[in-house]
Amino acid sequence: MPRIPTAAAGPPASLADVTASDGALRRFLHGLPGVDPVGLEARAAALGTRSIKTTAKAYALDLAVSMIDLTTLEGSDTPGKVRSLCAKARTPDPTDRTTPEVAAVCVYPDLAAVAAEALAGSGVKVASVATAFPSGRAALEVKLADTRAALAAGADEIDMVIDRGAFLAGRYLEVYEQIRAVRQAAAGARLKVIFETGELSTYDNIRRASWLGMLAGADFIKTSTGKVGVNATPANTLVLLEAVRDYRAATGVQVGVKPAGGIRTAKDAVKFLVLVNETAGDDWLDNRWFRFGASSLLNDLLMQRQKLRTGRYSGPDYVTVD
Amino acid sequence: MTAEHKLFAYAPAPESRSVVDIAPSYGLFVDGEFTEAADGKVFKSVAPATEEVLSEVARAGEADVERAVAAARRAFTSWSALPGAERGKYLFRIARIIQERSRELAVLETLDNGKPIRETRDADLPLVAAHFFYYAGWADKLGYAGFGPDPKPLGVAGQVIPWNFPLLMLAWKIAPALACGNTVVLKPAETTPLSALFFADICRQAGLPRGVVNILPGYGDAGAALVAHPDVDKVAFTGSTAVGKEIARSVAGTDKRLTLELGGKGANIVFDDAPVDQAVEGIVGGIFFNQGQVCCAGSRLLVQESVADEVLDALKRRLATLRLGDPLDKNTDIGAINSAEQLARITELADAGDAEGAQRWTAPCELPDSGYWFAPTLFTGVTQAHRVAREEIFGPVLSVLTFRTPAEAVAKANNTPYGLSAGVWTEKGSRILAMADRLRAGVVWANTFNKFDPTSPFGGYKESGFGREGGRHGLEAYLR
Amino acid sequence: MTQADARLSVLKTYKLYVGGKFPRSESGRVYEVTDAKGRWLANAPRASRKDARDAVVAARKAVAGWSGATAYNRGQVLYRVAEMLQGRREQYVAEVADAEGLSKAKSAAQVDAAIDRWVWYAGWTDKVAQVAGGGNPVAGPYFNISAPEPTGVVAVVAPQESALLGLVSVLAPVIATGNAAVVVAAEERPLPALSLAEVLATSDVPGGVVNVLSGRTAEIAPTLAAHQDVNAIDLTGADAELARELEVAAADNLKRVLRPRQPYDWTADPGTGRLTAFLETKTVWHPTGSLGVSGSAY
Repeated sequence: MPRIPTAAAGPPASLADVTASDGALRRFLHGLPGVDPVGLEARAAALGTRSIKTTAKAYALDLAVSMIDLTTLEGSDTPGKVRSLCAKARTPDPTDRTTPEVAAVCVYPDLAAVAAEALAGSGVKVASVATAFPSGRAALEVKLADTRAALAAGADEIDMVIDRGAFLAGRYLEVYEQIRAVRQAAAGARLKVIFETGELSTYDNIRRASWLGMLAGADFIKTSTGKVGVNATPANTLVLLEAVRDYRAATGVQVGVKPAGGIRTAKDAVKFLVLVNETAGDDWLDNRWFRFGASSLLNDLLMQRQKLRTGRYSGPDYVTVD
Repeated sequence: MTAEHKLFAYAPAPESRSVVDIAPSYGLFVDGEFTEAADGKVFKSVAPATEEVLSEVARAGEADVERAVAAARRAFTSWSALPGAERGKYLFRIARIIQERSRELAVLETLDNGKPIRETRDADLPLVAAHFFYYAGWADKLGYAGFGPDPKPLGVAGQVIPWNFPLLMLAWKIAPALACGNTVVLKPAETTPLSALFFADICRQAGLPRGVVNILPGYGDAGAALVAHPDVDKVAFTGSTAVGKEIARSVAGTDKRLTLELGGKGANIVFDDAPVDQAVEGIVGGIFFNQGQVCCAGSRLLVQESVADEVLDALKRRLATLRLGDPLDKNTDIGAINSAEQLARITELADAGDAEGAQRWTAPCELPDSGYWFAPTLFTGVTQAHRVAREEIFGPVLSVLTFRTPAEAVAKANNTPYGLSAGVWTEKGSRILAMADRLRAGVVWANTFNKFDPTSPFGGYKESGFGREGGRHGLEAYLR
Repeated sequence: MTQADARLSVLKTYKLYVGGKFPRSESGRVYEVTDAKGRWLANAPRASRKDARDAVVAARKAVAGWSGATAYNRGQVLYRVAEMLQGRREQYVAEVADAEGLSKAKSAAQVDAAIDRWVWYAGWTDKVAQVAGGGNPVAGPYFNISAPEPTGVVAVVAPQESALLGLVSVLAPVIATGNAAVVVAAEERPLPALSLAEVLATSDVPGGVVNVLSGRTAEIAPTLAAHQDVNAIDLTGADAELARELEVAAADNLKRVLRPRQPYDWTADPGTGRLTAFLETKTVWHPTGSLGVSGSAY
């Protein structure tokens, strides 16, 4: 297995000088190959026409369930809501104990302790958003405090947002330093870096952000918060997958990918797994390296599992609402 | 990586063969009727993926050409006199019926040709229907096409098409001919006659007057007889450059109008500032679409030396994901080679690549036991002097050459008797335009490749032929 | 006989026009050119196969510069030809009268029409691309445009009867669009063509863009028709049998062929047919796509 980057991991030696200055970092990021949007979207769409049947579908549905970061990120979240979600995470389908548990439950920092308690003894991780999620518009000190609070409450994984304003203003080194700071604050936890691809707007920007995040020590790069108009799409996820593939080829370091927001059906999830399979490859077909940030997706996956098992279509009354 | 070791091995996902009902035998389609050949000859059409005989088809001879041309001539009087709007409505009907029957036709085409169902379903059939739809709309607007206020049809068109896109090439030939008021006698290729015969049935469903479309399955002798027939006013041919030259000689000194869509050795040029991931997709689509059996294939990759290693590594990695096998499987990327003869030609040229010292790399994939197959193949270390860089292979074989400067790329790209297609990959807008300007090719795809549309004229420079098919330009070949 | 009549006039030596220069035939051969009544007019060079080859080389060299010139510039140059021809009108009236056996008035009409034809084609240089090309509304996120381009080197078998107007009518459309031409002048009436070369040489037409060969059509034209570096051939001045032979030879490298269609009326509206006969259509695709990431999902 490739080694997992830790808090100590900065850019690998081969790329150390690219973060030496704002100018060097800009030149590096702008020197990455461009992305042609039409070709990219056509490739993503073409992979979406793969036909996944029978045994392959069964494998993909279970894999998808195991990759879910079951998420609730609402102002109205309560301990009760989080506990019920955690129960669902541990036992997604009470009628079928062969159903895998999900990868993690993702909550705001102030509810991380509730989740940690509810998930104790399971394999399900506690993921907490942090760094003034979703806008990221706060002082670095506040973001770091947010991160520490989440960790103190028992979070195993931190989903941070980057400062899109700084990125779009071209202050790449500032974005890099902030990720590094959070990375250090979150030593020992797995760090997911959210770009909010819908706000970065261009695929070129998404590719640059991906490399920026990986250089700064991200364990996962993640498309979006789920809070803006355009969240995870096949095309922007494909850009992330190409980035982690190329980064590993260049450095030997493997980084995970997490599309989040907007993936609601089993059919879509399977197509994302096809993207993973044919872009990054086998090594990413594991919840250590690929996650879905989702909530309603889980029930659709469960209904499809039931269909596959029984041969008849299921309905929403046969899966739990949490 | 072999299939057993893959975590996510796609289970077979075959398209149902039962959507198409192939009769054990088919006749010629002449004057609105299916008939036997005058001399009673037949030939077998074989599924290249399995070598299974699909059907036995009447083989047209000289007498049948005579009969079909006479039928087309008789039909011409009333067909050409029909108001354009009415002719157009027949073509609209045909377009709609093709859309309705597209699944059936896609499966049929995949069986008879060997190409993946993914391509017949997503490329061939939608383009076929679109082509008829496009030219249907021209039928009553010909006076506005820029060929004079009252252009007239030529008469009887003799059309000979290849096996690589059987139904699409039929559409490219028949749709503009009929829209302009001509009648046609069309000879499909001997290895892929079936979709043209299904099209004959569509003509009947559409109520097309008898004799307007005549289909003569057969071999080169039937094609030669058709082209040479004195009552044919227009010859349209798509196929090899060698046969195209023969046809050009045979119509010399006559009044027959001629358009030729022939071979190619397209250069796909990748600069160091290219969008690499999309360029790799374009290279793959450029040479492995339809197993490379495409006249406009990007069969020469010209990659800037400074990024050659990077691009080749990415290309090989991508080629390893191509899925070769059952063409009816919806996940198949690479189907069968169309015939044993074609496979032998590809094999011979690839062997010449080895013999001349180029380095062969073959995508890791298992070939089925029966049928005609050739694994996706690259040759590196190729120079302009190699046969694999000069001759059209018409198969899934890519020759890789390098260049240093844009001027060198243009010089190498143009250094061929062909001139059908070229590709340019760079993020620099002015370079795209400068390259497009200097490449001697009828179609230049910049930051894309192998795109087709009924509105977009297609055809070659130099020995790739003359005349254009598609778009307003495509009308010119059928009007005077 | 007066004193003035006693002066011996200076005869003109006619030469080929190749690559902007006026060489004799490399073969050293000439043939007698007579007027319509059979009276000797001059000796014309009788070009050889090698002269034809040299002319093709010269034409090929000229293609890049001429086709790369702006259409506006080509229009200016063609108009300049008209101006120069106008200035030497009387000379051509006399030459055409001699060559074609016309009255002075009829000959003048031919010359005037020839001048006007240069003006007509001068105006076409920067319009033909708009008439023959344009955008194509493809069903996808692509910019797609078709534009005409010159085919390259065009061999022109000039009309045998109409030594100037016919010649200009076939030559001007070939070069208006950026091709380079190798002209086989009317066999028995080559002098106006050879004189026209003198106008071209002084009208800013770059050397090699037009090359004029006089001699036996049946000797020169087959060399051009079979030449692998000639892209197209205009058979206007070939009789039916020669035209067939030339078309067969032209098939070897799939030259674009403009067949003869007798009879010709050189005073009629020329239309655009001769302009478009020697054009290739190039179609260029480029993705357009969205400005930013789209919301499209599966």
